[in-house]
Amino acid sequence: MAVLFEKTKGMTDVKTHYCPGCTHGIVHRLVAECLEEMGELDNAIDVSPVGCAVLALNYFNFDGIQAAHGRAPATATGIKRVHPDKMVLTYQGDGDLASIGMCEIVHAAARGEKITTIFINNGIYGMTGGQMAPTTLPGMKATTAPYGRDVSLQGYPIRVCEMLSTLDGSKYIERVAVDSPANVIKAKKAIRKALETQKAGLGFSLIEVLSTCPTNWGKTPVEAVKFVKEEMIPYYPLGVYKDSTKEEE
Amino acid sequence: MAKILLKGNEAVVRAAIEAGCRYFFGYPITPQNEIPEYFSKELPKVGGTFVQAESEVAAINMLYGAVAAGARAMTSSSSPGVALKQEGIGYISKAELPAVIVNMMRGGPGLGSIQPSQSDYNMCVKCGSNGDYRNIVMAPGNIQELVDMVIEAFDMADYYTNPVVILADGLIGQMMEPVEIKQPEVKREMPEKTWALTGKNGGEPHRIINLNLDANELEQVNIELFKKYAVIEENEQRYEEYKMDDAEYAFVSYGTASRIVRSAVNELRNEGYKVGMIRPLLLWPFPEKAFEGKDHIKKYMDVEFSMGQMVDDVKLACNDKHKVEFYGRAGGVIPSVNEVVDFAKKVMGGAQ
Repeated sequence: MAVLFEKTKGMTDVKTHYCPGCTHGIVHRLVAECLEEMGELDNAIDVSPVGCAVLALNYFNFDGIQAAHGRAPATATGIKRVHPDKMVLTYQGDGDLASIGMCEIVHAAARGEKITTIFINNGIYGMTGGQMAPTTLPGMKATTAPYGRDVSLQGYPIRVCEMLSTLDGSKYIERVAVDSPANVIKAKKAIRKALETQKAGLGFSLIEVLSTCPTNWGKTPVEAVKFVKEEMIPYYPLGVYKDSTKEEE
Repeated sequence: MAKILLKGNEAVVRAAIEAGCRYFFGYPITPQNEIPEYFSKELPKVGGTFVQAESEVAAINMLYGAVAAGARAMTSSSSPGVALKQEGIGYISKAELPAVIVNMMRGGPGLGSIQPSQSDYNMCVKCGSNGDYRNIVMAPGNIQELVDMVIEAFDMADYYTNPVVILADGLIGQMMEPVEIKQPEVKREMPEKTWALTGKNGGEPHRIINLNLDANELEQVNIELFKKYAVIEENEQRYEEYKMDDAEYAFVSYGTASRIVRSAVNELRNEGYKVGMIRPLLLWPFPEKAFEGKDHIKKYMDVEFSMGQMVDDVKLACNDKHKVEFYGRAGGVIPSVNEVVDFAKKVMGGAQ
């Protein structure tokens, strides 16, 4: 009988702690599949963030380290400078990357660090229980924005891809979503492209993944996917924001 | 090897490169700027990498990555910058990784001054991040000691898989003395870095963990850390005794302050006072052994460039707080020999 699908060797058999309907699991799988297909599982080093993905290194079947909150790009810089031939990736949420760690991600991109960042944007702090994130949509409720995010008081969401794409050190920046099978396939292609950018030594690459957090959004998994499609994608348009890989090659 | 004249900050770089350090991550701050500047010039010549980080916080976390990857690497800063590094130092300590951190102390608190000070004793010796952990802390009193300690710090860090802090001050950083760059006298058998992030290369993944959600598991991590610290406390107490043989009074001082105290001891000896000095070379582990069998010492006179920080450890080590007197100048003010002599005479009374 022909084998149509097998679990990637890039994931361990450890049961994840993610909530039902959370898309972290999908994104983990896509990263692991890409690294496996590229033959890089023996060479890959993951830098896990503080946040829901702090335990990602237990699920990835390759090397990993847990960074301090927001500092994954700095820690990845240290690793990559020591091992320029390894595949080094950070896997960060929106609180980790776009709030406490904004300085580190901007400067890693500006330096053109040859690392790949997987940026999970679900508009909320997941692990701490649903507080407002820098990416929380206007009007969206959070435990620290119980009346909904009021932009006159709490400011506006940050569009990370748009911002980082202005930096010359950024070589491949794309925003994807995992709200439908078609978008999951596109997301995988984007992650593969970012990892290829790193492998070619071109510079910094980042894939922002619009993701769900049904638990903290107070939605069912189906409603959560719908929220990504109807509310998040219009505010955070999908697409390639930076691709200078051709010029560099 | 012939002696060469080196400024303290430059000596750090020469010593680190001699020790095999090939990665430096840092951020500018006075009075240690010659360290990143000289590293940026020298590391490319030996196939190393210098990164000017966007902040002290980034620098210590780059160091965390580099040492996790198995390299010999370091960072340096001065007091406010080292304050920013504390969290990262805690992470490196928890992960049991070898790292070297140089602190050329300046006056505090807050932004403070840029003059030499010793007011980071508590931050560096007692450890300024969250949780229970210890760092090995070395306190050079001259440039040769600085060189020797930096070189040995890399060995100690690798041997104990623990951060080592070189706690010096702006005076050590800025002054020049003739030095010899040489390998450490203590030769240690270095453990292989089997834990390093190098890619799993067909084996099991290397995982460097900083989070233990299970309280019992984390307690066990703490217990294991403190087993290691007990070994370090047993093996690494180091101090100099200066004119202590017949001393009835003893100064306790470290680093640059001990240079002034040494002159004060000489002056007081000329006047007939039976006085000496205990000088800790490592501040953690604190040299408690130096205070053993010294019940005959009438007073310990602790002199620091601070409002009094090591003095607490002196009280514990001699086990009699009533025997301990303190004199210090703070904020970057350096006491004169005469001031120290006057302080001592007040303590000793007419006890010539």
